[in-house]
Amino acid sequence: MRIWVFAEEIDGAPTSLTLEMLTKARSLGDEVAAFLVGDGSAETINALGAHGATTVYHLDPGDTLPSAPAAAAMAELAASESPDLILFGLQPTDRDVVGRLAGRLGVPVLSNAVDIVIDAGSTKVINEILGGTTLVETAFSDSGPHLVVVRPKSFAAEPGDGGDPSVVEVVAPDTGHSGSATVIERHAERSEGPKLEEAEIIVSGGRGMGGREQFGAVEELAELLAAAVGATRAVVDAGWVPYSLQVGQTGKTVKPSVYIALGISGAMQHLVGMKDSGTIIAVNKDEEAPIFGVADLGIVGDVHKVVPKLIEALKARSS
Amino acid sequence: MKIAVCVKQIPDPATPYELDSENHFVVRPDDQVLDDTDRYGVEMGLQLAETTEGEVVLVSMGPAGSLQGIRQALAMGADKAIVIDDETLRGSGALVTARVLAAAIEREGVDLVIAGTESTDGYVGVVPQMVAELLGMPALTFARKVEHSDGTIRIERQTGGGYDVVETTLPALVTVTSGAVEPRYPTFKGIMAAKQKPIDQPNCADLGVESPDLVGSGQGIVEVRAAPARAAGVKVQDEGEAHEEIVALLEQAKVV
Repeated sequence: MRIWVFAEEIDGAPTSLTLEMLTKARSLGDEVAAFLVGDGSAETINALGAHGATTVYHLDPGDTLPSAPAAAAMAELAASESPDLILFGLQPTDRDVVGRLAGRLGVPVLSNAVDIVIDAGSTKVINEILGGTTLVETAFSDSGPHLVVVRPKSFAAEPGDGGDPSVVEVVAPDTGHSGSATVIERHAERSEGPKLEEAEIIVSGGRGMGGREQFGAVEELAELLAAAVGATRAVVDAGWVPYSLQVGQTGKTVKPSVYIALGISGAMQHLVGMKDSGTIIAVNKDEEAPIFGVADLGIVGDVHKVVPKLIEALKARSS
Repeated sequence: MKIAVCVKQIPDPATPYELDSENHFVVRPDDQVLDDTDRYGVEMGLQLAETTEGEVVLVSMGPAGSLQGIRQALAMGADKAIVIDDETLRGSGALVTARVLAAAIEREGVDLVIAGTESTDGYVGVVPQMVAELLGMPALTFARKVEHSDGTIRIERQTGGGYDVVETTLPALVTVTSGAVEPRYPTFKGIMAAKQKPIDQPNCADLGVESPDLVGSGQGIVEVRAAPARAAGVKVQDEGEAHEEIVALLEQAKVV
């Protein structure tokens, strides 16, 4: 079984999701390669090798938006190298490339995979629907390459005993007008404290916090606990916090030891992003809120009363 | 500027979804609603059409039903709709959907295609990129801001850690995130006008798309089963001291 993993280099490193996919690919296939888009720093190549890639195909798109050139280059390479399975992550550039590649090759994509099973040569993908309550197992019926998009945190990233991979420089074929999108500026929005995807504790707030000013209580509690701040889509859409803090289907998927949900009702789109957290604590005034269905401790009460007391109690402990 | 906006009718997310026990497809009632994430695309299309004296054409594939969701988007101000509801398309995957949408858009001939980033009911999240590839257009994706001037389109593209400014020339496809614009509410006049707006309903043959019944979709559902449920937790009514329960649990989890 020959497996490729798509890798995008961000700030000189592969994303954690790329390393999670490589770890899984290593357990499934006897030949694992990474298709890397970015500068191709030594650190990135090493990390890809350590996690299982024996070959790294490297494409430097420069200032061109990578989707069109990467898809065209992968299609060309796939014709000669015949990978059985290509894994992409549920993150922006991966989604752009897999869509274009599928359109180019005329093959289906199975998305939102939480597990992949190779069974007697057939590739099966498991995904969660209806807010994670139902699992669907889907099999590819035609020959490969089989394109799969993987949800973050489905697999743990662990380095293996792989050495330095061989690097193959790839040049993209001319993609004409499709490849005319150019990146003019790049902006990072750094928030203080731990990163959402890596935090041990997350304190998240929803619409029930009431407003931008009251959302400050979420931030204050997070700071006290050295936790990352998260938010629901409604809160991000309302402009209280940036998109980079959004937890859920259209935001980040997180799996901290402790997840504290404040004023969050628990829409499906939020639950799929956090329901696999270790301990879930929820405070909401609506007794029927779906968040209580996944909470280990659910407090039916007013966040504006419970949270200030919680902050006071934690401050008293630490002083 | 002529703009196609891809939209989808979905069962009301406020009601629990059901799967057909035979074919595992989501049961779709006659009255479906406009996917909330599509309202941002429609609004973006309307704003760009207004500044260029253009036109907005809705393009949608799926069970048409009462067309309630399509009328919602027409009521916001879109000029007309193309809805492809072909019996042979039931249960087709993202690629077939993209082929049908691309064929309808190509037949219409547009300068700009706008779509949401994923649907709320299916969330495969790659259909717009497939459409762009099939149409030979660049795809400016995950836009939180869109600007157009004189045939050039520029967006702020959301990334995992911030945003990039990305630019290209028309024709192009743009996907917009929720919150990119403030969708307008239909006015009474808009709702009345929507009843009279043209809705074209071609089938696969009209669009020259091979029906998936003939070519196969390359994938099939093997099994549907319940996910392992999380152990039930404790629910406590706050009587003024509930925060102490939280402190106790945080201690137990050894994080304080």
